[in-house]
Amino acid sequence: MSLLEITDLAVHFDTEDGLVQAVRDISLTLEEGEILALCGESGCGKSVTAMSVPRLLPPGTTKLSGSIRLDGRELTTLPEPELRKVRGKDVSVVFQEPMTSLNPSFTVGYQIAEVLRRHEKLSRRAAMDRAVELLELVGIPAPRRRVKEYPHQLSGGMRQRVMIAIAVACSPRVLIADEPTTALDVTIQAGVLDVFRDLRDRLGTAIILITHDLGVVADIADRAVVMYAGRAVEQAPVAELFARPRHPYTLGLMKALPSAAVNGRLAEIPGMVPSPMSDPDECAFRARCPRAQDDCATSRPPLVRQAAGHLAACFHPGEQP
Amino acid sequence: MVWFILRRCGSAVIVLFVASVLIFLGVRALPGDPAVVMAGEEASPAVVEAIRHEFGLDKPLPAQYVDYVAQTLSGNLGRSTQDQIPVADILAERLPVTLELSALAMLVAIVVGVGSGIVASVRRGKLADYVATGFGLAGLSVPHFWLGLLGILLFAVTLRWLPASGYVPFTEDPGQNLQRMLLPALVLGTGFAAILMRQTRSAMLGALSADYVRTARSKGLAEAKVVGAHALRNSLTTVVTVLGLQLGALISGAVVTEQIFVIPGFGKLTVDAVLTRNYPVIQAVVLVTVIGYVVVNLLVDIAYAYLNPRIRLSGGGHG
Repeated sequence: MSLLEITDLAVHFDTEDGLVQAVRDISLTLEEGEILALCGESGCGKSVTAMSVPRLLPPGTTKLSGSIRLDGRELTTLPEPELRKVRGKDVSVVFQEPMTSLNPSFTVGYQIAEVLRRHEKLSRRAAMDRAVELLELVGIPAPRRRVKEYPHQLSGGMRQRVMIAIAVACSPRVLIADEPTTALDVTIQAGVLDVFRDLRDRLGTAIILITHDLGVVADIADRAVVMYAGRAVEQAPVAELFARPRHPYTLGLMKALPSAAVNGRLAEIPGMVPSPMSDPDECAFRARCPRAQDDCATSRPPLVRQAAGHLAACFHPGEQP
Repeated sequence: MVWFILRRCGSAVIVLFVASVLIFLGVRALPGDPAVVMAGEEASPAVVEAIRHEFGLDKPLPAQYVDYVAQTLSGNLGRSTQDQIPVADILAERLPVTLELSALAMLVAIVVGVGSGIVASVRRGKLADYVATGFGLAGLSVPHFWLGLLGILLFAVTLRWLPASGYVPFTEDPGQNLQRMLLPALVLGTGFAAILMRQTRSAMLGALSADYVRTARSKGLAEAKVVGAHALRNSLTTVVTVLGLQLGALISGAVVTEQIFVIPGFGKLTVDAVLTRNYPVIQAVVLVTVIGYVVVNLLVDIAYAYLNPRIRLSGGGHG
């Protein structure tokens, strides 16, 4: 049994314009101490997939089906009060926007201590002492002074470290990091990734890393799931994925990396992402795919095994465009 | 924080200085010579001159201003032209009445307005939200005098629960006092509550969709804590701002409300003084109103700094 098992997860949003199908039949697993990258372009459903685990999607308009099991315990049907014991304790989240994800009215120490007092039932004093240790753990200098400061007194990189300190305060089993380095300078990015790696090594925390940056994936992840239009199109260990990508979309993403630019111009994937409102029985990437054939239009390619641990959803898989 | 308060106090003193100059000049700019008025139409120029000298009206304006400030600071606000009672005594009698009415109205407004604003934002798009915004719109649109008359009609005439009008000092009979103040306070507080409700609701809606509220939820905090601590704390600056800005409306509302319920307060004093052209009283009333404004704004600024660490910690710089 894996630490986290997501089976046939589908997430729909009931909007004024109709039903938006954000995630369609995703299945994936996460092992203890594993760093799994969810990648793909904006709107592909990677964040929604991850946020479904602690059910942090807008209630009321979200329709969720499928199964999410943490240590064999079903989370999708767990009542809200029970789920609140899971959030911040077993499953915690580092959000994308370090500048706005901390409350401007409270000291960072208070915001770290809060989660400890909630789940570990620590006293105010003990929680503050622990907050200082956590700030040290995530590499913030002079933590005794910083713990009394407000978010606006900290830089973006430091705020992101505070967010990580909050997320790891109760030693979670699963840490979800939603584009944790996107808003940061490149030099600070590497430091934040080191913090994640360190946590995994020290506490055995499993990490779901949501990113559109394949450089980050190559740097830190063990395994990656590439998503397109709400579905997983390719899934493989990172070394395998970069050595032998099978899906033309994955290949397109890799070519769009700045380091692979030819003649100073970035390669791009032509065309547009299909509408999340409709879901015809065809390959969603068909219209943008250089390999598209007639069969791509008649049915949707299933996610099938290409090699050991390597799955791809393509009728014409291969390493060449 | 101490520096911040001192700086604000300094600017409050400047505002008071400017206001006192304007009040002083305003009265001097009024048509007619007060010495002639006091001496009477038939008086000889020598008498007029004597009066002018006695009241210092023959001195240059700056000297007169210094006299005026010195007199005011020593508590001498002159005498009412109607009955020769010292204006300071009149104020001491009338001001507490209006302060009580305003405080009660503000209490009603904060409890009802902020409370329903929070509920409306949490239950956005549900029945409670529609009820609250509906009453909010109604409360905003209804004029004080109409609401006051309706209130008297319903609670005093039809139901006979409350007395229709009149005033009993709190020191004489607290029960009677509150009974008679209840309806005026409700009437005066309604419009205020409506504004607070709308502002609280929109501030809370903004806060509830903020990233830090999502962070609070991701920590597994109870919804009461997410709403009551994380979202509300950041909405309070808006609430405090509106409280300060609406003080003017509260004063003008008090004038009308006191008139309807025949409450011998500051508002009624103002109206009576204007109707009888009782200049010393008008002058004092304006001065007290200005002081009230300045003090409340000072309190608002301090509350602001307390609520917002970005202002509090900016120290001497750009706060």
